[in-house]
Amino acid sequence: MSAIEKLPVDNGLLRFLTCGSVDDGKSTLIGRLLYDTKAILADTLTAIERTSQKRGMEAVDLSLLTDGLQAEREQGITIDVAYRYFSTGTRKYIIADAPGHEQYTRNMVTAASTANLAIILVDARKGVLTQTRRHSYLAHLMNIPHLIVAVNKMDLVDYDQAAFEKIRADYLDFAGKLGIEDIRFIPMSALNGDTVVERGERLGWYKGPTLLDVLETAPTAHSEKIEKFRFPVQYVCRPQDSANPELHDYRGFMGRVESGEIAVGDEVTVLPSGLATRVKAVELYGRQLTHAVSEQSVTLLLADEIDVSRGDMIVKTSEAPQPTKQIEAMICWLSEAPLDRARKYLIRHTTRDSKAMVAGIEYRVDVNTMEWVPADRLAMNDIARVAFKLAQPIFPDAYAENRAAGAFIIVDESTNNTVGAGLIV
Amino acid sequence: MTTTLSKTTLSHLDWLEAEAIHIMREVAGQCASPALLFSGGKDSICMLRIAEKAFRPGRFPFPLLHIDTGHNYPEVIAFRDKRAAELGERLIVRSVEDSMRRGTVVLKHAGESRNKHQSVTLLEAIEEFGFDCCIGGARRDEEKARAKERIMSFRDEFGQWDPKNQRPELWNLYNARSHKGENIRAFPISNWTEMDVWQYIERERLELPSIYFAHTRPVVLRQGAIVPVNVPLVGGEVTNLPKPGEDIVNLRVRFRTVGDVSCTAPVESDADTVDKIVLETATTTITERGATRLDDQTSEASMEQRKKEGYF
Repeated sequence: MSAIEKLPVDNGLLRFLTCGSVDDGKSTLIGRLLYDTKAILADTLTAIERTSQKRGMEAVDLSLLTDGLQAEREQGITIDVAYRYFSTGTRKYIIADAPGHEQYTRNMVTAASTANLAIILVDARKGVLTQTRRHSYLAHLMNIPHLIVAVNKMDLVDYDQAAFEKIRADYLDFAGKLGIEDIRFIPMSALNGDTVVERGERLGWYKGPTLLDVLETAPTAHSEKIEKFRFPVQYVCRPQDSANPELHDYRGFMGRVESGEIAVGDEVTVLPSGLATRVKAVELYGRQLTHAVSEQSVTLLLADEIDVSRGDMIVKTSEAPQPTKQIEAMICWLSEAPLDRARKYLIRHTTRDSKAMVAGIEYRVDVNTMEWVPADRLAMNDIARVAFKLAQPIFPDAYAENRAAGAFIIVDESTNNTVGAGLIV
Repeated sequence: MTTTLSKTTLSHLDWLEAEAIHIMREVAGQCASPALLFSGGKDSICMLRIAEKAFRPGRFPFPLLHIDTGHNYPEVIAFRDKRAAELGERLIVRSVEDSMRRGTVVLKHAGESRNKHQSVTLLEAIEEFGFDCCIGGARRDEEKARAKERIMSFRDEFGQWDPKNQRPELWNLYNARSHKGENIRAFPISNWTEMDVWQYIERERLELPSIYFAHTRPVVLRQGAIVPVNVPLVGGEVTNLPKPGEDIVNLRVRFRTVGDVSCTAPVESDADTVDKIVLETATTTITERGATRLDDQTSEASMEQRKKEGYF
C-alpha cells in the first residue's frame, strides 16, 4: 500500500520554500518530491512524457512538472512564486517555489514570509557560491527556523563523500558568522532519486535521514515556544437580530490568534485604548472553547463593554507591547518604482493601517557580500535598514521574536500596490 | 514566557480552515461591497461553511452571487436555491442568457459552450452592484495558471488578470485595496487540494447535490471522455444530444467537478458516499480537471487565457 492510500494520523501542515536556480536542479528536486510521493497523476505524467520526447530526452524530465505560465515559457524564465502541494497521508505540504533570476530577492522574501523551513540547493560540483550565501542570508533575515542544505547532483561527482564534506565545512564556516542555528546537510541526486524520498543505494556512506524524513519530522509551527498572545481584531460581530433577543447585546471580536494562547478568564488589554478586562468566552461557530491556540481563527467575547474595532489588538495584560509611532525596520523594496523619500506611504501592520514617512535610511545591505553600504534611495530588490515616522501608533514586537506582530507591508496609495515588506528591528 | 515542547499545533484541516476564515474576514474588513460566488458546486459549498464559521451568529457581510450559464445541472441549481434559503442569505443570480439578449455575449454558433462567456456576465454583475471584491472557491492545485495566483488577486477595470504584474503577497498581510471600477478576486481556499475539500466535506458532514455521488446516466464516449447526453435543463429543454453514430450507454458515474453541462464530464465510479469518494480521491490516477473539464483540454494555456479575460 502506498503512503497516500492510508489516511491515519494528521501530522499537520508544513510550509517550506526551495531556493536555487534551475541549474542547481531545483525543478528536478520538486518534480522528484511530487513524483515519488505520488502527487503526480497519470495524465500530468503523460503530458510531460510527451514534451520530454519532443525535446529529444530519453528519460522523463521531472523539471517540466514545475513549468509555469505561457508568458513564462515564451520568455524562458520563471516570473513568480508558484505554490505546489503534496501529501504523504500523514502530513500535508505547501511548497513555495521561488524563481532564481534577477528578481530573486523580492520573490524569495515573498516565498519565505510564509515558510517555516527552507531547502537551499547547492550543486555538488560548484560548492558554496555567492547565490548560496544570498539565499542563506535572506532565509536568516526572514527568520526561517529550519534550513536544509541539499547538496544535489552527487551523481556528477561519483557520489564522493569528500566533495560533500568540503561543502559542509565551507557552508558552516560562513553560516556561523550569520548566526544560523538549525542546519542539516543532505547529499542527494534529485535526478536519480537518491535520498530525496527513497534512500537509494548509491549513497551508502550517508547514514542520515532522507529529505522526506526531515520534512516529516520538522516542527510545523514557526516557533516551538509559546509566544506572547497577539490577537489583531479583524471584524466586529454585532448580529442585531430582532428575532433573537439573546443576541441583542452580543459583541464578538473576530480574528486569528497570531501568536500565543488565550483561555476563558484571562486578563486582557485592548490596544490602543489600554482598557483592561477579561475574556468571557472563546467561540468558533457556536461552539464554546476553553481556549484558543496560535493560528486558530476564533471569536472573543469580553467581560466588560469596551469599544473595540478593526485594527485594535487584544493582548494579555501581563505582556502588552508598547504602542509606538516610530519604528526601525529592515525593509525589502518590492516595487519597480524606487522608494521616494518625499512621499508618504501607507503601512499595514497586522490589521492596522497608518500613514508613514521615511525618517532615514541607515544603510543598504549588499545581499551578495552582506556588507552595509550607505544609501539614499532604494530600488527594487534592495534590502535596507530604514526608520519610519507613523501618523498612528502601532503595537509591534521585534520580528525576530514574533513574526506576525513584527512584520508589515508598505502600500503606495496612488496605485494601491504593495511596494515594500518590513521586519521590525 | 513559558517554553514547552508540547505546543499545540493545528491539524492540517483545522489550519486550512483557520486560514480561509481569516481571509474571508479580511475581505469583510477591507472591502466596502464584496460578494461570495456560489454555484452549488463542492468548493463553494465548503466556502459557505467557512463563511458561517467566520461570521455567525451574524449575517454574512456579503450576498451570494451565481453566474448561471442556463446550462447547469438542475440538481445543482435546486441545491443552490435550497442552501441559500436554509442559510437565510441573499442570493443574486445573473444569467449568461440575459447577456446574450443584451448582445454583450454572442455565441459563435448555437451549440457553443457558454462557459467562457460567464466572464462577461460576471463583469456586468460587478458593475451593476458595484462589487469591489468577489470571493471565489478556486484552488491553486487545480491548474498551473492558478498555482501562481495571489489569494487577493487584483483585476483592472476590464476585469483582466495580469500574471506578470501581480501584487506581492507576504505573510498574511493581504492587500485588498482597489480604486473605483477595479476589483479584487479573493480565494480563501487557494491552498486546498481536491483531497482537502473532500476531507472537509466528510468532517463537516456537508450536504452535496446528488450528482456528486455515483448514479446511472446515459453517456457517450467521446475522445476519451465520458460525455453525458440528453441532459434535461431547468426549463425542460434537453441538451447535449448525441452526435450521429454515437452509441449511448448507461454508465455508473459521479461528477468530480460540476459546472456548465457542455464542459463537465463525470468519471466512472461506484462511490455513493463521501467516505468512499475520499478513498477514491486518495487512489485516483487522473487529475480533477484532466478527467473532467473538456474546456481545459482545448489548449495547454486555456485557463490562463480565460483568466486574463476576466474569468475566475
